[in-house]
Amino acid sequence: MDAVVVRDLVVDRGRRRVLHGLGFTVPPGQVTGLLGPSGSGKTTLMRAVVGVQVVRSGEVTVLGEPAGSPGLRSRVGYVTQAPSVYADLTVRENVRYFAALHGRGAREADAAVVDVGLADAAHQLVVDLSGGQRGRASLACALVGDPELLVLDEPTVGLDPVLRVELWARFAALASAGTTLVVSSHVMEEAARCDRLLLLRGGDLLADTTPARLRADGRSQDLEEAFLTLVRDSERVAS
Amino acid sequence: MLGIFPFVVMFLVTSIAMLRERTSGTLERLLTTPLSRPALLAGYGAAFGLAAAVQALLTVTVAATVYDLSVAGPLALVVLIAVVGAVLGVALGLLASAFARSEFQAVQFMPVIVLPQFFLCGLLVPREQMDGWLQAVSDVLPLTYAVDALQEVGRSPDPTGTMWLDLAVVAGAAVLALALAAGTLRRRTS
Ligand SMILES: Nc1ncnc2c1ncn2[C@@H]1O[C@H](COP(=O)(O)OP(=O)(O)OP(=O)(O)O)[C@@H](O)[C@H]1O
Ligand SMILES: [Mg+2]
Repeated sequence: MDAVVVRDLVVDRGRRRVLHGLGFTVPPGQVTGLLGPSGSGKTTLMRAVVGVQVVRSGEVTVLGEPAGSPGLRSRVGYVTQAPSVYADLTVRENVRYFAALHGRGAREADAAVVDVGLADAAHQLVVDLSGGQRGRASLACALVGDPELLVLDEPTVGLDPVLRVELWARFAALASAGTTLVVSSHVMEEAARCDRLLLLRGGDLLADTTPARLRADGRSQDLEEAFLTLVRDSERVAS
Repeated sequence: MLGIFPFVVMFLVTSIAMLRERTSGTLERLLTTPLSRPALLAGYGAAFGLAAAVQALLTVTVAATVYDLSVAGPLALVVLIAVVGAVLGVALGLLASAFARSEFQAVQFMPVIVLPQFFLCGLLVPREQMDGWLQAVSDVLPLTYAVDALQEVGRSPDPTGTMWLDLAVVAGAAVLALALAAGTLRRRTS
């Protein structure tokens, strides 16, 4: 069964239509990358999947239930684009708090802190962390719930290459253990690390593909180049 | 003043705490966790209610020792009324922020809720001197009853039935506000 099924999803924000009738599925136990330029609707789509976005029409089914159902709250983890942790608590206190909300203990919380490479900063107040560290603290708060579906909005922004590679390796490990991940990014280079790719542009799904297929369709080994070719092709078809 | 001060302070503290919860994105995040909305609000209510109790106790102690506050009735009742007033502040603060769809709205709600109660509670202007319609408004504002209860304690050495009734109204309003807040806090936003 697919982890996420989206059908004809239309979302308006303010007066503008932000998503224009999207449809796709996300297979379980894989890393699905959500890529597209800034403002293309990645965050809005993720919000719809976790059930905090008012949708105009369409259906979003997550793990067999309508998105946002009470039963899903312990099964879905969401990391917002802006780190959402308490600035006046330490990293460890933050993670322990979210652990408690998911019925997990201090041991799991401390393990999650280690997982995101913040063991040395565990006793630091979040307000005193660097941007990248803050993002990882936010990530740890979602990992600790050990959800079946993890929705991560640009989790690697502001991280150095070493940390970025480590996190992507961690995502791959989670996926092979059965967790479904939906990860957004606007760095095409990261697309190579995904099993599946959803390319968004201006609120439309430009392609539902894989890195290999994108390289072939875009006639380039460079994913960024291939994406741009796809954009140009679609514009030619449109006009 | 003892009735109003804890109320206003706790209302502001609660509103600001919830506002921070909103701006930091943690509110949205909390709403995606298994935490239920009544539990979230009850937790806030309990934590701030406790802070409110301490604050009311301090205010009354200072008023009684430093400023020689003298009332006909027992001081413990003054504390009790101040605490209930403060809890009302917490509950209304939670309700106002639950209603708010944005940070901007949340900030706007603060004066809208506090000021009318402040002016019409019967402390600045005695209720008997108010226009009929202002008195009617004053009648439905819960803070009025906290002030009335305190005046009762000030007048009579023993707790009166009116005072208990006043107190019950304030406590009832606080519970109602919390329940409403749980009902209006939206998980989904646009
Ligand atoms: N609260 C809002 N009210 C009105 N419009 C909004 C709101 N939030 C986002 N939008 C609009 O919706 C569109 C999609 O925004 P979204 O945040 O989903 O993009 P994104 O792909 O996540 O971009 P980024 O890569 O910059 O995070 C944008 O055009 C944006 O201006
Ligand atoms: Mg975004």
